[in-house]
Parts: sequence; structure tokens; C-alpha cells
Amino acid sequence: MPESTAGKRPTITPVRVIIGLCLIAPFVAMLWVSSYAKVEPTFIGIPFFYWYQMLWVVISTALTMVAYTLWQRDQRARKGGASA
Amino acid sequence: MKDGVNGVALAVFIFFFVAVTVIGFMAARWRKAENENSLDEWGLGGRSFGTWVTWFLLGGDLYTAYTFVAVPAAIYAAGAAGFFAVPYTILVYPLIFTFLPRLWSVSHKHGYVTTSDFVRGRFGSKGLSLAVAVTGILATMPYIALQLVGIQAVLDVMGVGGGETTHWFIRDLPLLIAFAVLAAYTYSSGLRAPALIAFVKDGLIYLVIAVAIIYIPIKLGGFDDIFAKAGEAFATKNETAGKPVAGLVPGEMGQWGYATLALGSALALFMYPHSITATLSSRSRDVIRRNTTILPLYSLMLGLLALLGFMAIAAGVKVDNGQLAIPQLFENMFPAWFAGVAFAAIGIGALVPAAIMSIAAANLFTRNIYKDFLKPDATPAQETKVSKLVSLFVKVGALAFVLTMDKTVAINFQLLGGIWILQTMPALVGGLFTRWFHRWALIAGWAVGMLYGTVAAYGVASPTQKHFGGSSKEIPGIGEIGYIGLTAFVLNLVVVVVMTFVLNALKAPTGIDETSPSDYTADAGDPGVKTVLPPATVGAPGGH
Repeated sequence: MPESTAGKRPTITPVRVIIGLCLIAPFVAMLWVSSYAKVEPTFIGIPFFYWYQMLWVVISTALTMVAYTLWQRDQRARKGGASA
Repeated sequence: MKDGVNGVALAVFIFFFVAVTVIGFMAARWRKAENENSLDEWGLGGRSFGTWVTWFLLGGDLYTAYTFVAVPAAIYAAGAAGFFAVPYTILVYPLIFTFLPRLWSVSHKHGYVTTSDFVRGRFGSKGLSLAVAVTGILATMPYIALQLVGIQAVLDVMGVGGGETTHWFIRDLPLLIAFAVLAAYTYSSGLRAPALIAFVKDGLIYLVIAVAIIYIPIKLGGFDDIFAKAGEAFATKNETAGKPVAGLVPGEMGQWGYATLALGSALALFMYPHSITATLSSRSRDVIRRNTTILPLYSLMLGLLALLGFMAIAAGVKVDNGQLAIPQLFENMFPAWFAGVAFAAIGIGALVPAAIMSIAAANLFTRNIYKDFLKPDATPAQETKVSKLVSLFVKVGALAFVLTMDKTVAINFQLLGGIWILQTMPALVGGLFTRWFHRWALIAGWAVGMLYGTVAAYGVASPTQKHFGGSSKEIPGIGEIGYIGLTAFVLNLVVVVVMTFVLNALKAPTGIDETSPSDYTADAGDPGVKTVLPPATVGAPGGH
């Protein structure tokens, strides 16, 4: 994809695709219940079902942070590009 | 339940309760603005809240008696199925990240205070705006009811609720007192009261959670023992029932239900009037996105609290009413004084959101029903007065839900609200991204969704109740059990799309759209964006 700041930028850029994936990933993981509906392996006695979903709280937080940072950068670049 | 009143716990509870009441009334003076009689001031705290206050406010909405009482109670009763609240709160943040900044921008550009304001400005339809307003108010009531049930559970365990044999008035008296205090300080201080109390509430909750999830598992011999005992208890339960009603992981049958409940709840949450209130009261568009990166901290707590349901089983807590399981666990495990602190955390944790919710519903009524239909030339002072009165009325409505619905599965209150509020999604979220939907199609879709959802929920029986006994039912065409709210939403969307094609083909008038595409991405500091909005009358749709 073009990296140049000149002219009008396309609406869909690789960065935006990554942002989109970061935001969609939790949906795929959490709605696919059969992928984690099991007891083993346990973690400090907690069945997989529970600790896996709690782990996803952390993972989705990280993903949202990535999306936020990328989005900030994207917006700044766009604004800079427009005024230049 | 133990007999008699737990004196020490009750004293500690009352101490905290009095303290937050004082804070509640003093909140009116906090960050006071020049014009306290404007609706913006009372209802949105002057729209000047930054990341931290917004975080506490949003947290105050999300983490409530739902978290502390209803979810662990669901786990206590059914095991894994109740854990759907965790994926639900995980999914909320990507949704907020995507949708709400656009709503913030367009609202600050046009002076919208509610979702109905937006829908009316976008689609030029008073009817659609009315539908959204009525749904918002209706859906908020059972959610507030859930908070009252939470308070009642705590009072019951402390022994001040009385038993089934006590006269209903004596039994419900403490609840009514708590209710009156809540109503009084909301009335006088508006959104500032819950925002300030939220700090106290969250402090207490963090403390109690930290102690509960470390102290209780150690006392019970670790998670291995806890889950082993819970597993045994569920096995016995399934044997007695003759079918799988509970388990450590959801069975094949329960997986659709699990996923649809999580998704449906997540979609519903940010459309509630109170979530929107919290969002719009933030200072800039960026505050919202930044918040979605720190709010998930709450989801971790929710997950840990949910596990308390298993701990209650392992600790041998036996209650008929599942809502009492966690308060009872606290009373059994903790010394009396700390049990009091824990009860205060739950009680205040229920009061704050109840206040925020009733304010939001009141804003909705005043702006989109009172001003649009009843008294268009109302003065700001009159509007504020009506809002205050309606905030009382909404709480009375909630009380009606408490007194008529089955309190043993409180999570259903919230799910019932979700069924209704989800039906405003095509108009709201659809409207944020496209103007393609036809306003009449949106009304038709809403009506179909509301009707289907209500009738379906009415038809669900539970062992204790003939109607409104649950929120899941077979999905027509798929045959799996799923959340009614999501089924109704899909039905709603299909009607909207089909009707839009038809109406566009017939060239039915589409109404005037007063927004422009750039309004949806405007940020604080951009030309035309109001950081602090003028009083409600000037900022009303069409008035700018």
C-alpha cells in the first residue's frame, strides 16, 4: 500500500486493518465457546474454562491498547498530511 | 440465615452508609458551576469530567449489584453458565471503542444530551425518537430493580430484613429507607453525587475483593478443593433434577446460550441511557478511547468475584434464595466488622449505579418526551424540576419490578432490560454509520423486536414463576437455546432492511438529516464543537 503522505489517503490502510483485527479478535475467541469449554488443563486448581477467559481479559486489554496507539498515530499522520 | 441481627456488621454498615449520604449531599458544591438549574449541570455534571472521573463513572455503571450479587449467585446456582458475564464485559470495550467516539462527536457538535436527541436529529423523526426514549426508560427500570435486590440481599443477611413471616412493610422497611436516601441525594445533587461517591465505593470494593479472593480460598483449602466440592455439588444437583442443570463447564447444549448471552449483553450495555450519560459527560472524544484501555481492569475483578459463587458452595453456604449466597459467605467467613465493610461495599455499590441510571432515564424523559411532546417552551428551571421528579418516578417503577418479579434469579432483571434496549440498536448504531436505513423501517423493526422479545420473555416459565422466568429460549430456525434479546434484535434488523428497500422503492419521504459526515469525527477544539454545552433549551435539536 502507498506510504506517501501526498494527496488523498485510501480509507482502508494496512494500519486500519490491524486495528480492525485487534478489535475483532476478542469476538472470535469468546464466541467460539466450544474451543474453551473444558476443565483441563487447570491452573492453580482453576479449570481451563475460567482462567482462559480471564486471560482473555488481559489479552483483549492489550489488543485495545495497540488499537488505540495505532489509531492515534493514524489520526496524527492524517491531520499532518492534510495541513502540509 | 443466622437468627437475629449481626450488631457489629450492622453498625459498620450504617457508619459507611451515613458517610456516603453526607458526601452525596455535599456533592452539590463540588466543582460547582454558575448555573445549577440547567439540565446539563444536574444531569451531566457540566460535561467536564476527564479520564479518571469518567472511568469511575463508567465503572460505577458496569460494576454494580450485578457484579457482586447477581453474577456470583448465577454461578452458585448453575455453575459455568453464569460466567458469561466475563466474555460479556470483554466484548463491551471493542464495541465502545468503535461506536461511542462517533456519538460523542456528533452530540457535542449538535448539543445532543440523549440517544433520542441524536436519533431525532439524524432521521428527522419524532416518532422514532419517542420510541428510543420510551425503550430507554423502560429498560432502565429492571436494571435499577436489580440494584435494589442487591441491597435487600445484604439487609436480609444482616438480619434486618426479617423473614418470610414478617409483615411485608416491616420486611421491606430498610429497603425503603435506603431507597429514600438514594432518591433524596440524587434529587438534590444530580450526577455529581454518584460521581463523588463512586470514589468511596470503588475504594471499598477493591479492598473487599482483594481480601475476599485471597483470604477465602486459603481458608477453604485452595482452588483445587473449591472446584472439587463444587463439581460434586453440581453432580448431585443434576442427579436430583434428572438432567444437566449445572456444571463446571457449559455442555454442548449450553454453548449457544452462553455465547448469545455474552454478545447480547455486550451490545446492550452501551446503549443504556446511563452508559450514554457517562460517555457524553467526558471532556473529549479521546477520553472515551483511552478509557477502553483501562476499564477492562474491572472485568478481571468481575471474573474473580464470579468465582465467589463456587466458594459459597465449597464453604457449605445453603440458601434458598441464591442472591443471599455471597453476603452469607461473607458473614460466615469474615469477622463481623469486616463483614460490615463488605456489606457496605455491596450496598453502596448498588446505590451509585441506581442513582446514575435514574438520572439518565430522567434526562431522557425530560428532553424527548416532556419538551418534545408536552411543553416545548419549558424553561431550563422547569426542565430540571421535571427531571428530578422523573428520577423519583423511575425508581418507583424499579420498586414495582422488585416487588412483582422473582428475586431469586436477579440476573434476569438485567437480561430483561437488555432485551428491550437492544431494539434501539439499529437506529442508534446504524445511524452513527449510515443514513441508509429508512426512519419508518426503523420504527417497524423496533416494534417487531419489542413485541417478539416481550412475548417470548413472558412465555418463559421457571420453577418458581410462570412468566418472565428466564431470558433464553429456542432460536427459531436454529433450534438452539439462545438469548431472546439477540433473537429479537436479528428479527428487528431483518425487518429494518426489508422495509428500507420497500420504502426507498416507494420513495417514501426520508426526513431531514441535520448532521453532516464531518460531525462524526469532530473532536474538542475543532470549530463548532462545544466543550461545555449551553443550557438544554438552546442546545435542543434544531435550535442551533
